[in-house]
Amino acid sequence: MANTSDTILTVENMSVEFPTLTGVTTAVHDVSFTVGREKVGIIGESGSGKSTTGRAIMRLQPPQAIVKANRMQFEDVDLMTASEEEMRSIRGRRIAMILQDPKYSLNPVMTVGEQISETVILHERATRQEARNRTLAMLERVNIRDPERVFDLYPHEVSGGMGQRIMISMMLIAQPSLIIADEPTSALDVTVRQQVLTILDDLVVERNIGLIFISHDLNLVRSFCDRVIIMYAGRVVETITAADLDQAQHPYTRGLLNALPSLDRPKDRLEVLRRDPAWLEN
Amino acid sequence: MTMIKAQHLAVSYGHGDTALKVVKDVSFEAQKGETFGLVGESGCGKSTILGALAGRNKQWTGSIEIEGETIGQKRTRAQLAKQQLVFQDPFGSIHPRHTIGRTLLEPLEIHGKDRRQERIEKVLTDVGLPLKFRYRYPHQLSGGQRQRVAIARALILEPKILLLDEPTSALDVSIQAEILNLLKDLREREKLTYILVSHDLAVVAHLCDRVAIMQSGGFVEIATRQQLLENTVEHPYTRILMDGSRGYVSEKRERNSAALPA
Repeated sequence: MANTSDTILTVENMSVEFPTLTGVTTAVHDVSFTVGREKVGIIGESGSGKSTTGRAIMRLQPPQAIVKANRMQFEDVDLMTASEEEMRSIRGRRIAMILQDPKYSLNPVMTVGEQISETVILHERATRQEARNRTLAMLERVNIRDPERVFDLYPHEVSGGMGQRIMISMMLIAQPSLIIADEPTSALDVTVRQQVLTILDDLVVERNIGLIFISHDLNLVRSFCDRVIIMYAGRVVETITAADLDQAQHPYTRGLLNALPSLDRPKDRLEVLRRDPAWLEN
Repeated sequence: MTMIKAQHLAVSYGHGDTALKVVKDVSFEAQKGETFGLVGESGCGKSTILGALAGRNKQWTGSIEIEGETIGQKRTRAQLAKQQLVFQDPFGSIHPRHTIGRTLLEPLEIHGKDRRQERIEKVLTDVGLPLKFRYRYPHQLSGGQRQRVAIARALILEPKILLLDEPTSALDVSIQAEILNLLKDLREREKLTYILVSHDLAVVAHLCDRVAIMQSGGFVEIATRQQLLENTVEHPYTRILMDGSRGYVSEKRERNSAALPA
């Protein structure tokens, strides 16, 4: 279990609002959590605000969105008051983000190597040669066998699993202290998913950093993360140690667990989640 | 009674030198009322088998029998109506500018069926949607409701077989449970035979009696539901897929637990 007293990120009462023609929609509602040097999972169904939460931390929300919070502290930086220039030096360097589908998130007209080197060239003003060497070392670290060959490939020439490993190497080359992974393995096949998660797991432990793992897959989060935050309709309904997920108290979490078909506990009919309006109060 | 019997089925795409054999010599059969699963990773040929059974893909060799009748590359309308497809993505498989009623009417027009309004109302009730939904457009429906429409469209021709291509993988867990329950009810009520394609063994074990595990165009093993639940499958690849549906297996933890005396 990671040392949670060593806090990297503190979020207190964060709300994200989207003004629309028919009034203000609150996508995230008074969310508070902390992340230490550990793997924290955020679970929720589509529209529960889990991705919006991840983006708001990096201030990557759409321009019309309004983020309110009592406190958003990342290490020594107050994310509420940081200027756009400060944010630029944080994004990619100190907080990194891994997205769902490497097919859409890599630049299709740049070689893989150029894209990874770009991070160190921009953030650390490294020379091209130095950046190339570090990129090759990083590609090797994510178990790519022939880094010299992969360096000159374009994204369409690599498989989904390799694309996601390239994303991971791009995120980790600048040595961030917090990684936000938004559904990093949902587009991958089971066997490839296992490899990608192993790499991610090893790197988080090796560098002693924090990971926010956003996912809709209960079994995956339960087995991969240390702690789980369960979100429903923009609210945190429960925070629980991943190993104790089966003992979850909130009826929503219980409902999700019971709705899941299982190889270990087969049942004839799956339980259908009944949504209680009372969950929206608090 | 055997509903589907495929023998030495091989399917390819493309012509001449560039022809690619995607499914290589598979044989299976499904009894009436049975659900037969096809599991494997992307590109293994599971959807291609469905395409060949549905009559979408005509480049196949071997033999297919539906309800005891040998099927050729060309089929009559009545033969085509016997099996219907349900696709993965309910956001992409329904015409966005047609009302639900219009979408459900189209198969009836193509196949020249009578009592159209009556049939549309019956099928909407069957899948648990209110009748007024026929006047709605797809964007006014949630993902689960859209998948119900896709199932209704497949059922409206009163098929004997439903070919389900990842019917729940685009849906949330709670909605997936609703659709899986619906499919189970329909199978019993309408005496349907299903072929279910999925990558999730837990979903397959929930619905299927027997499952073929596929890898690069061939079957590595045909396992029964019992074998999956009791964890007595034979092929190592099936085990990998089973571990996958349980979540993440840490190599370190495994190494440690192997090193420690129990």
